[in-house]
Amino acid sequence: MSMFKIFNVSGSAVSAQSQRLNVVASNLANADTVGGPDRSPYKARHVVFTTVPMGEVGTSGVQVTQVTEDNTPGRRVHDPKHPQADAEGYVTYSNVNAVEEMVNMISASRSYQNNIEVMNTAKSLLMKTLQLGQGT
Amino acid sequence: MLNRITDSINFQSEALRLRSERQRLIASNIANADTPGYQAKDFNFSAALKDATGARSAADAGLNLPRLALQTASPGHLALNGQPAGSREQPELGYATASMTNLDNNSVDMDRERANFVDNTVRFEATLRFINGSVKTLNTAITGQ
Repeated sequence: MSMFKIFNVSGSAVSAQSQRLNVVASNLANADTVGGPDRSPYKARHVVFTTVPMGEVGTSGVQVTQVTEDNTPGRRVHDPKHPQADAEGYVTYSNVNAVEEMVNMISASRSYQNNIEVMNTAKSLLMKTLQLGQGT
Repeated sequence: MLNRITDSINFQSEALRLRSERQRLIASNIANADTPGYQAKDFNFSAALKDATGARSAADAGLNLPRLALQTASPGHLALNGQPAGSREQPELGYATASMTNLDNNSVDMDRERANFVDNTVRFEATLRFINGSVKTLNTAITGQ
């Protein structure tokens, strides 16, 4: 029965989305991390989704193939009293864009919900198929 | 005589198989809603059902030859007819065009896919009911009560 593949497909999507959510959480947690003169500040990370074929034609799941680092320069704030300030009195914060991350979070959680719903529907259809011909 | 009785159930089972395949296809589309470059896929249900039932009547007449298939070692491999080896008659897939232009070349329209998914679910259940009804009718005829 080809419907069993739905659990593989949606399951892969759910795990990919939860990994995305994980990365968003890590980015948001480090939004205000400061880099010192000796080490670079936290760099925002992004997941890369790729389609993976699963058996029959048209059945494709999702996989996180890599997690890339954002290389845009971090936020620089003039604050000479900060212990991590450099020689010119600037403090470098991480390059996390909080608004972008919140949007990413909402998108990931919606996609997660969609896939869970797909699995629930597939399950109820399969249960009904199991009871086929038993009605009296 | 007996095949006349089971003919309608055979037809419904073919419809059920195609419905389940479409369900799987839409699930793939929903799963790949955030994958860059993914093109949504779908097939024409009525044409596929016509094809499938036409192939079945040819099989009943004993006309079709067994298909030779290539060996595959990976789920991405295709057979000679462009479909995985050992698979049954597959509907011809088409690509859905994007209703909005996207920068990441993804043509999945979530609203459309969700609507299709619900529609397909209801029709799947309807087909199940039709089969249940046929079975019930046959049971009544057999038991004679």
